Amino acid sequence: MSDKTPVTVLTGYLGSGKTTLLNRILSDEHGKKYAVIVNEFGEIGIDNDLIVESDEEIYEMNNGCVCCTVRGDLVRVVQGLLKRKGRFDGILVETTGLADPAPVAQTFFMDDDVRAKAQLDTVVALVDAKHFPLRLKDAPEAEDQVAFSDVVILNKTDLVDAAELKKLRATVRRINPHAVIHTAQRSDIALDEVLDRGSFDLDRILEDDPHFLHAHDHDHPDHECSPDCDHHGHDHSHHHHHDLECGPDCDHEDHKLDGNTHDVTVKSISLRAGEMNHQKFFPWINKLTQVDGPDILRLKGIVAFEGDDDRFVVQGVHMIVEGDHQRPWHADEKRETRIVFIGRNLDREKIERSFQACVAA
Amino acid sequence: MTTIAPYDFDEHVELATFIDDQPAFALVDGTVRFPTSVPQVIEANNGLLSADVALDSKSLVTGGEDGRVMRVSPAGAEEIAQQKRKWIDVVSCGPNNAVGFAAGRTVWIATADMIKQFDHDRAVEGIAFAPKGMRIACARYNGVSIHWVASQAAPVELHWDGAHTDVVYSPDGRYIVTSMAENALHGWRLDNVKSAEGAHMRMTGYPAKPKSLSWSAKGKWLASSGAQAAICWPFSGKQGPMGKAPEELGTRGDAMVTQVACHPIEDVVAVGYDDGMVMAVKIEDAAEALLRRPGKSAISTLSWDRRGDRLVFGSEAGEAGLITVGE
Repeated sequence: MSDKTPVTVLTGYLGSGKTTLLNRILSDEHGKKYAVIVNEFGEIGIDNDLIVESDEEIYEMNNGCVCCTVRGDLVRVVQGLLKRKGRFDGILVETTGLADPAPVAQTFFMDDDVRAKAQLDTVVALVDAKHFPLRLKDAPEAEDQVAFSDVVILNKTDLVDAAELKKLRATVRRINPHAVIHTAQRSDIALDEVLDRGSFDLDRILEDDPHFLHAHDHDHPDHECSPDCDHHGHDHSHHHHHDLECGPDCDHEDHKLDGNTHDVTVKSISLRAGEMNHQKFFPWINKLTQVDGPDILRLKGIVAFEGDDDRFVVQGVHMIVEGDHQRPWHADEKRETRIVFIGRNLDREKIERSFQACVAA
Repeated sequence: MTTIAPYDFDEHVELATFIDDQPAFALVDGTVRFPTSVPQVIEANNGLLSADVALDSKSLVTGGEDGRVMRVSPAGAEEIAQQKRKWIDVVSCGPNNAVGFAAGRTVWIATADMIKQFDHDRAVEGIAFAPKGMRIACARYNGVSIHWVASQAAPVELHWDGAHTDVVYSPDGRYIVTSMAENALHGWRLDNVKSAEGAHMRMTGYPAKPKSLSWSAKGKWLASSGAQAAICWPFSGKQGPMGKAPEELGTRGDAMVTQVACHPIEDVVAVGYDDGMVMAVKIEDAAEALLRRPGKSAISTLSWDRRGDRLVFGSEAGEAGLITVGE
């Protein structure tokens, strides 16, 4: 699709197994070469020309808007790496355990020089299966990292039993219904599940969304309580107009496995409609991301425009939205628009209503 | 008649300059090429990130991915300093063969008899020696730190929010100007930094990052890249460019300026574009002379020789050349 160098971002809270995974990526025979940008060489036991140590430099651009933070050091290092042709196949960026993943991702959207030559391929979150439930209570970064990611690796699964793992999986799904989830022990994930995903595998991500699969429920006016639904009367009338939103206080049956629901503050909103009027769609998404950007962690989608034979893909981080034509719609493909938002405090009803108003007449 | 001797190095040209009046090219693969008279290839670094020409034009200094700072001439390469496992992001040459270099948040100054270290809270992306070499300005996030090279006195901190990516002193030492990631230049009048007003000079309106800066002869103009024309700010008045519009030279509708180099004697700017074209433009009347037609990639470096008769250029794809400017 492009000759830009793919960039994989590796996040994960302290102790989640990032260094082990990095060591594997650097030493395994997988036929590809990666430049790896790390915070410190630390325990990386491998000497390699393509490992670059870089101090995290958070730059607030444009008068300090928090949505416009980038990693200044990455701008410099990535440009330096890319001046030389054909040295490696991709770039891997390791973030510190406590890092907010947004500035890293935003760097690849906001900086023109970086954007011209590199593109964000996949955000991977490593999760410590044993300790993640605790992290949800004391470290918002851990939740953000999962919310942000395209691929989540539940690591150290040998330290938990089947029931705990099931709960964990449900918790991760709650935070991010769209990520591809893998399990691993000692970071023993097949590397092709992590690297060079040619990402933006939007079709798969969006089809994996359980809420999309139940799109026929959209018109259902009320939340359907299962027999063991434990409504406490808190806010449900506001939150649960439809079945397509899961918030922190969701009590859906399929989420009952999860004992930590109250520690999840991120929710996702999935939108689906037919062909859009582009004169309405662009002002809508621009305004939405301007107003709600601070609460939107990520958005991604495929858009069908009336009178346009090409699929349009959008993705964004906070206030930044980027879109481009991807490929022609196939003859047997249903021309429809699907977008997901992952964030906090999102007004699902407002977003849904304003989205539907963009449908082509 | 203008003639070009072309070279093709197949690697991004970080610096094209003249050493002992002969063209020299520092490439990102770490080699320095001297293609004329007796052609030479000097291995300077394992991966080159930064390069600057010495003030006496007898050597150039490179900084590498291998952590080494090297002085290079046709006679060979000599190590000035090494910082293990650090990337030398910036090098800058000062009077008396002093060299400033930076890796991340640390700046070092190497003189004939010592290496001195200056730590910063944020990464340093540009270094400039004051004209007499007594002080050194370091561009960093949210401003500039000016250190005394030879004393322990506290640095002067110039504050302006944002990411400052390079810094230059005016030839008379009265001004400091930085380029910013926010598509702007920012300047300070050094005789006036203590007053609340008057010290700052904001130069904005660039559609892209202004990465290349060049002072005209005697410092009357500061030329910059980052737009579809070379943007030249007037610095001849007492207030610098404040309240005045810049000259826009060599405007093209279909290309961006990536490099500027002012003529050493006359008020003429050589302008390099992102499609590989090079022009010379007179500041006075904006008269243009085409020096090189578009090529394969953006001009990445451009320099005049001392007398202003010849220019060297290099590009991102490795095309380079020596232009002899005719009447």
